[in-house]
Amino acid sequence: MDFEYLFELLCGGVVKGSIYALIALGYTMVYGIIQLINFAHGEIYMVGAFVALIITGILTLSGYSDSGLSVLVLAAVIAVIYAAAYGYTLEKIAYRPLRNAPRLSPLISAIGASIFLMNYVQLVQTPDFLPFPELVPEFEFMEPLSRFVSSVDMVILVVTALTMVALTVLIKYTKIGKAMRATQQDMVMARLVGINVDRVISATFIIGSVLAAIAGVLIASRTGQINSAIGFMAGIKAFTAAVLGGIGNIPGAVLGAMVLGIAETFGAGYISSAYEDVFAFGLLVLILILRPAGLLGKAVKQKV
Amino acid sequence: MTHVKRSLGIALWFMFLTLPLMVVRVNTVSREIEWRWHNMALVGICAFAIAWFWQFSIERRMSKLAQVSNDKHPELKKPTWTQRLAADPVLSRRVLIAVGALAMVFPWLVSTGQNFYHVNVMVSALIFVVLGLGLNITVGLAGLLDLGYIAFFAVGAYTYALLAKTFGMGFWTCLPLGGLMGALFGVVLGFPILRLRGDYLAIVTLGFASITKIVLENWDTVFGGAAGIANIPRPDFFGVELTGREKAVYTYYIVLGLVALAVLVTTRLKNSRIGRAWMALREDEIACVAMGVDMARTKLSAYALGAFWAGLVGVVFAAHNNFINPDSFTFMDSAMILAMVVLGGMGSILGVIIAALALKLMPEYLRAFAEYRMLVFGAVMVLMMIFRPQGLINDMRRKYEYDTAEREDDDGGK
Repeated sequence: MDFEYLFELLCGGVVKGSIYALIALGYTMVYGIIQLINFAHGEIYMVGAFVALIITGILTLSGYSDSGLSVLVLAAVIAVIYAAAYGYTLEKIAYRPLRNAPRLSPLISAIGASIFLMNYVQLVQTPDFLPFPELVPEFEFMEPLSRFVSSVDMVILVVTALTMVALTVLIKYTKIGKAMRATQQDMVMARLVGINVDRVISATFIIGSVLAAIAGVLIASRTGQINSAIGFMAGIKAFTAAVLGGIGNIPGAVLGAMVLGIAETFGAGYISSAYEDVFAFGLLVLILILRPAGLLGKAVKQKV
Repeated sequence: MTHVKRSLGIALWFMFLTLPLMVVRVNTVSREIEWRWHNMALVGICAFAIAWFWQFSIERRMSKLAQVSNDKHPELKKPTWTQRLAADPVLSRRVLIAVGALAMVFPWLVSTGQNFYHVNVMVSALIFVVLGLGLNITVGLAGLLDLGYIAFFAVGAYTYALLAKTFGMGFWTCLPLGGLMGALFGVVLGFPILRLRGDYLAIVTLGFASITKIVLENWDTVFGGAAGIANIPRPDFFGVELTGREKAVYTYYIVLGLVALAVLVTTRLKNSRIGRAWMALREDEIACVAMGVDMARTKLSAYALGAFWAGLVGVVFAAHNNFINPDSFTFMDSAMILAMVVLGGMGSILGVIIAALALKLMPEYLRAFAEYRMLVFGAVMVLMMIFRPQGLINDMRRKYEYDTAEREDDDGGK
């Protein structure tokens, strides 16, 4: 047994898992409130990565700054703003008119929105892979660990952890967080006690999009290339993670994402890297058959 | 005036939204930034126009909804022309005969000697018509959203390719086998996910389609990997050698026959016991099961039958193209078939046929449109759900009617 290899895979899995976790949170929050699989969520992540790419392009090519990290932070901030705007608009156009429609309608609308956004970016930008500049410098203190965790990975882990803490604080201790929890429990009751449910739903989409954009920027600076199709797979994987942990359950999404990320890297590392996606989907099918409520979810009895 | 103001606001919002993606293009190789300000103006104008129209349509829809809820007798609503056509047996039979005759002579009208391009185009379009009709059973009638429908198509295509290449089996033996394989996969996939609710089902089918594609791509000793399988024999015609054009025309008639068969089977099933069970399941699962419908059998049969058509027509696809590879079976193809069903009107046979022909033929003949095809499909799916969830052509349900209007008049004096 090669423990070094095992540890390397574990680290890779955790890094991958934290990216999935950031996207999965958006899915799970939206699902928790309006029971909709926001199929276009992966596309928001892709838009975030593209906006970041364009901003870094403008900043570096116009010679504004050459310090990688500051460019990255600025690009990330703008990407987050744009992703939030896209998420808000998406909800307003594609989902809000269908609030009371049959279950299948918003889902089909979501698929349509996803296809639309993917092709929109492909048409106005390019269908090819674009190189994303390396903006994270090699930190000196990472030297002893560099075999397992690169500097980019470290940035991903730290940013993810900080984002999780911020999200927890937001949901637990702020007014909008309280309103979100109330809406999740019972939308009609929440409306009765004076919560503006439409605003809460918008806020949920915005928060989810912000998280997705952060994930987009992080993954782009890790893999070093993006194209308009990256959102689709990432979205499906993140949804798998959300289901794995129990959809609608926020800690569950993080746990599910970690499990999925580790399972994927282990499967790819020990069995075959060509079948990486098969492991993810196999896991999804298995969990849905064996434990449809997910790892942390409570089984909901169907009311008749 | 408020409309103008709001539209202006929306236009500005969209100009902001599309600013980085549509205006700037960074070329990292030549290190140049391309600014395309004209796009921004375009977006502004279009967004303004669309926002105006959007508000108008929403308003109209709201007033219509209010009107419907005020209407005492919604069942006395005037039927649309398609419904009248379908309800009138003499007229609908005449139209059917005319369309059938036109379809029969079509290849002789458009192809001459060496030029049979249009026939080939029509064959691919008709293949998608059958696919649309098959998915119509699963999604339209039974309400099981299947996002991986193309996988069954792939199963059929690869079944024929492998059987014909390794065992030298003929087209006509493989045709039913392909269909059965599709149905078998439908049942195998259907079993574990019977308990899942609609949206989980969608994801699992999507995952299944992705797994199928990955396996086809990577298991190259059997499936030929990403390169696919070439030199698949064309349909045989009693051992007679056919020229290129005759082969195309022959395939055309085969698919046409399949379309006719699919239409026949779907119409007959729709009003049968199982068809009504499907529709009941689509409307309300709990109520349906409470009425004594066997959920497992109903769902599985919908799955298997939908998959059967895909497998069947997959054989034709492989035979028609001579060559298959995993790239023909992507999620986008699944989404396109779904778009056909949604656009045509869930459950409506005529609607699905028209939508499938339109979606397949339009990009073929309007080359300029081909590039924006998927963009338009996506937008159409969203818009259809919002403004016309019943699709272009309303599915007409057979119902037992009695004149409620008169009754209420009768006991109005009570």
